[in-house]
Amino acid sequence: MADFEVPELKETLEIPKYVDGAMAHSSPYIAKAEFQEDLGFPGELVENWQQVALDKMTDLRTRYRSFQVFLDICVKCGACTDKCHYYIGTSDPKNMPVARQDLLRKVYRRYFTFAGKYFPKLVGAVDLTKDVLDEWYSYYHQCSQCRRCSVFCPYGIDTAEISMAAREILDSVGVGQKYCNEILGKVFKIGNNLGLPQPALADTLEGLEEEVEDDTGVPVKFPLDQKGAEILLVTPSADFFAEPHVDGLIGYAKVFHEAGASWTMSSYASEAGNFGMFIGSYETMQRAALRIRKAAIDLGVKRIVFGECGHAWRVAYAFLNTLAGPFDFLDPRYPVPQHICEYTYDLIQQGKLKFDKSENDHMTLTFHDSCNVARATRMGDKPGGQLDIPRAVIKAVCNNYVDMPVDTIGESTFCCGGGGGLLTDDLMEIRVKGALPRMQALKTATDEGGVTHMAAICAICKSQFTKVIPYYGFTMDQIVSVHQLVSEAIILTGAPGDDEPDSDNEDSSDNE
Amino acid sequence: MSALSVSYAILFYLATAILVGGLFYKIRQYWRTPAPLKIATTPAPVTQTGVVLRMAREVVLFASLFKSNKWIWIFGWMFHVALLLILLRHFRYFVDNTSLIWFWVPLIQPFGKYAAFAMLAGLGGLWARRVLVDRVRYISSPSDHLILALLLSIAGSGLLMKFVSHTDIVAVKAFFSGLMTFSFQPLPNDPILLVHLGLVATLMIIFPVSKLLHAPGMFFSPTRNQIDNPREKRHLAPWAAELEAEKAK
Repeated sequence: MADFEVPELKETLEIPKYVDGAMAHSSPYIAKAEFQEDLGFPGELVENWQQVALDKMTDLRTRYRSFQVFLDICVKCGACTDKCHYYIGTSDPKNMPVARQDLLRKVYRRYFTFAGKYFPKLVGAVDLTKDVLDEWYSYYHQCSQCRRCSVFCPYGIDTAEISMAAREILDSVGVGQKYCNEILGKVFKIGNNLGLPQPALADTLEGLEEEVEDDTGVPVKFPLDQKGAEILLVTPSADFFAEPHVDGLIGYAKVFHEAGASWTMSSYASEAGNFGMFIGSYETMQRAALRIRKAAIDLGVKRIVFGECGHAWRVAYAFLNTLAGPFDFLDPRYPVPQHICEYTYDLIQQGKLKFDKSENDHMTLTFHDSCNVARATRMGDKPGGQLDIPRAVIKAVCNNYVDMPVDTIGESTFCCGGGGGLLTDDLMEIRVKGALPRMQALKTATDEGGVTHMAAICAICKSQFTKVIPYYGFTMDQIVSVHQLVSEAIILTGAPGDDEPDSDNEDSSDNE
Repeated sequence: MSALSVSYAILFYLATAILVGGLFYKIRQYWRTPAPLKIATTPAPVTQTGVVLRMAREVVLFASLFKSNKWIWIFGWMFHVALLLILLRHFRYFVDNTSLIWFWVPLIQPFGKYAAFAMLAGLGGLWARRVLVDRVRYISSPSDHLILALLLSIAGSGLLMKFVSHTDIVAVKAFFSGLMTFSFQPLPNDPILLVHLGLVATLMIIFPVSKLLHAPGMFFSPTRNQIDNPREKRHLAPWAAELEAEKAK
């Protein structure tokens, strides 16, 4: 099945002894010159790349407190060494968070600290050579920026910040990653990561309307570019056709329909994901975020709601106001933006949605906390809402729910293995191996709790899992969207024969 | 005044200048460097009071480390608390015993005295991990071992003076009081004391150019010191505001 060894699921998760260089060969394709230049980066490795890289490092050190402080304060205590899913899955010591940081830190020390300038051997400082640059390219593309290390670091050092800085330095010398930078090109040229133009999108949504109406007898709408709508839904473009993403999109539409909301999507901003974060570029991230502001203004909406997408929710929740705010033209009664789970949860609280939970009785669910949702965002008013609200939504529509082991969920959740710009076929080995801890936890929940399906609220998690779980003996249809569950259970009031509640029940049971 | 006393006087002035100046420089650098984005590790407090409590849990109890690894936590916490007690005990060399603030100094003495053993045990445990755990060995540089050796030697030489070979502490106090008031007094010519003080001065000198910067630095860690309120309040770094103003032109 694979040209590498797939890790074996055992009884419990084991921390491996390290194997030097185990993943040294892993390196994603390099972006072509045209895609680099579109983003304002050099097309290929520049001649004076050492100087450019060091200058960029200084630039970032003076612009990002996190970068400067994190480079200085690590004491090498070792607390993070067994926390990264890529280390656990690959045994490569450079996938330990501290060692990954050190790839950059040892160069920082060599050129910018007293100890590294005069006593390099003593503090492990090294010159910036081509080998070091190649190592950066390899290992900073073996980090999904999931922030698990930052939870466990006594000083909160976040390797994601270092990885983002490293990728920005790499871009600045002309060595960008093909996957991320090509996708950013599509977002700016066409409007979404998948490069779906407006007519294709309109066609897809029309097809979904027909499908849902055939299925339920209710004309649930999937509006696009509708001026004057109240709510703008921004969702990852995978929601338009990938499985199980699209079932989630159908769920959002049914919820909006039941709430009687006027809503729309935008073809101009038909992508929630913001790959600018992955490459660490504030400017690129801002350029992508401003599309959403422009779409909101052009369409004259009053609220912005984001679909199920992990990194998108981080940029939306934590950065959007900074990058593209202020949003004083929107309805001040609602947070900007809102997560679709917050939206659905509020309606459930108000008793505006009716469910037949037995529609999901054939499944026992568990929930995979997406790394960036769990550790970089919030939902609702209270800390931890991002963990409680999706679970509350699932429990409102499903009878059977079991959590995975407590040290693998919530703030300690393991990344799916494909986040942060690694969701590309040329990185399949690291993706499969990085999924090990989550797969181990799923196995435990399967063995002990009878779990049959795992719900997720992130486009990357869903794509990654459907691709890698067969390697571990599961099947791809075991991954579901949270709003897919909502979609299955929701009782649509506009259904034919609505005045006769009996026939409504028959109707929904027919769908099985 | 012997040449030795003079050189130790100069050494301590120099070490103090480097420690204070170096820390001032680094803290100013951390202070002035903006954090352009909200990156608190969540779930995070949504109020300023909450952030103060979170930071206090980290600084006093090493809360994240406790979640992370019980062995490192036990050894690390033991070492740091012991170090604090020992530092407080050493105030007797710098506080005039007729002054108003003297009252607590005698109270702390017995704690500080035995804390030295806890400090040795904590450092020993941390060093053992650095050698025995393959992952921690891999990430260790020579400097990581040397700092442990330095701290252990400081604790060891201090213990020797307390429990084996006493030194003239009245004269030591006179020496340091003299340094503070510029009325110089001789330092006892006692080898263990000289080693102890020499190592302490070394520690002071390397503090602002080493990983010991974690002490001031952790207060500036954005993942721990930010309020989780990006939707409620717009967060904008000065350079980002400039970028925005340029675009608006």
